[in-house]
Amino acid sequence: MKEFKMSPKPMWNSLGDIPMGSSCPSFHITDINAGWRVFKPVVDLEKCIGCYRCYFVCPDGAIHMSDDKKADVDYSFCKGCGICAHECKPKAISMIKEEK
Amino acid sequence: MSTNTKLNARKLDSTENFYGHKACGGCGESLALRLALKVLGDEAYLSLPAGCMAAVSFIYPNMAFKNNAIITPFASTAAVTTGIAAGLEALGKKKPLSVGFAGDGGTADIGIQSLSGAIDRGEKFIYICTDNEAYMNTGIQKSGLTPFGAATTTTPSGKVIHGNINEKKNMFEIVAAHGIEYAATASVGYLEDFINKVQKAKDCAGPSYIHVYSPCPTGWGHGSEITVDLGKEVVDTGLWYLAEFEKGEFSLNLKPKDFKPVKDHLMRQNRFRHINDEEIKMIETTRDAKWAKMLKNWNI
Repeated sequence: MKEFKMSPKPMWNSLGDIPMGSSCPSFHITDINAGWRVFKPVVDLEKCIGCYRCYFVCPDGAIHMSDDKKADVDYSFCKGCGICAHECKPKAISMIKEEK
Repeated sequence: MSTNTKLNARKLDSTENFYGHKACGGCGESLALRLALKVLGDEAYLSLPAGCMAAVSFIYPNMAFKNNAIITPFASTAAVTTGIAAGLEALGKKKPLSVGFAGDGGTADIGIQSLSGAIDRGEKFIYICTDNEAYMNTGIQKSGLTPFGAATTTTPSGKVIHGNINEKKNMFEIVAAHGIEYAATASVGYLEDFINKVQKAKDCAGPSYIHVYSPCPTGWGHGSEITVDLGKEVVDTGLWYLAEFEKGEFSLNLKPKDFKPVKDHLMRQNRFRHINDEEIKMIETTRDAKWAKMLKNWNI
């Protein structure tokens, strides 16, 4: 995803540092979800036909279509659920085990 | 966007209004919410009860919604939604759009009286029920929308009783019986159908209700990659249906030619692993009776 706000996580040393009430605006993200993954989707750009299916079915919205109409995965927020690979008709997405 | 053009994946707004949430991988509910927000836009005001979708998006200091959103008391999603709609009108917003998102427990059990009252008042609001057939956020307890035979933590499968002994509550027709302006059922397996129904609800003048079937990998015990597949299969087996209620008339959107085998569909989910052939027969009989009624009385 191109436009979202990701602010640095504030450091809290004591209880007094924690603000009262709602302190952040809408769409304020501080953590990424990449650590959840066991398998990660890898798009074969030659096989990708730009059908928008993976972008459509991703529960996290972590796939967007790049300017040349190919699937582009945001690995910071992909949870590796595998719906995109399962739904991809030309089998352009394969799930590959994450290596730490 | 005008109502005449059908929405599809290409025509959808590419900005994400629901991003970075902490729902389980492969969550059907968050998929329905994400696509609904793409149609509704970031000007919609959301009310969510203390269900999964509130729990995964308002984790302090994270905020996964681009829209303004509020967590409501469990029983009063629809009341808060209409309250916000009234407030937006008082503020002089030209197109006030107030939307409630609740799970099946927050709609069919706990929130049913506030929903009934809100529909009765006839104000413009949209209510989307994401039905994952149990209270998933608190740990998979049976709700009024849990289907026959499904094992949950409060209806476990034992030697004598195999899972839930009650039938699923018919929420869509309960809502339609109020004489609501627009009501529809949808499934995350048929996403284009779903987003067009959300668009229709956005355009209609009075209250509208959409009931979307959304599989839950954690609660149902299936692989996270088959969420959308199951949502499609449940319609093809006839256990769920895509229908609309408009101007006092029911209409069926999709009629499968032959039903797919129910057993294969149920055996893909861990919550149905224990049921025997006799119970599958019972499920099929209920399904056939329901379809006979729908085909007789509803427009196709």
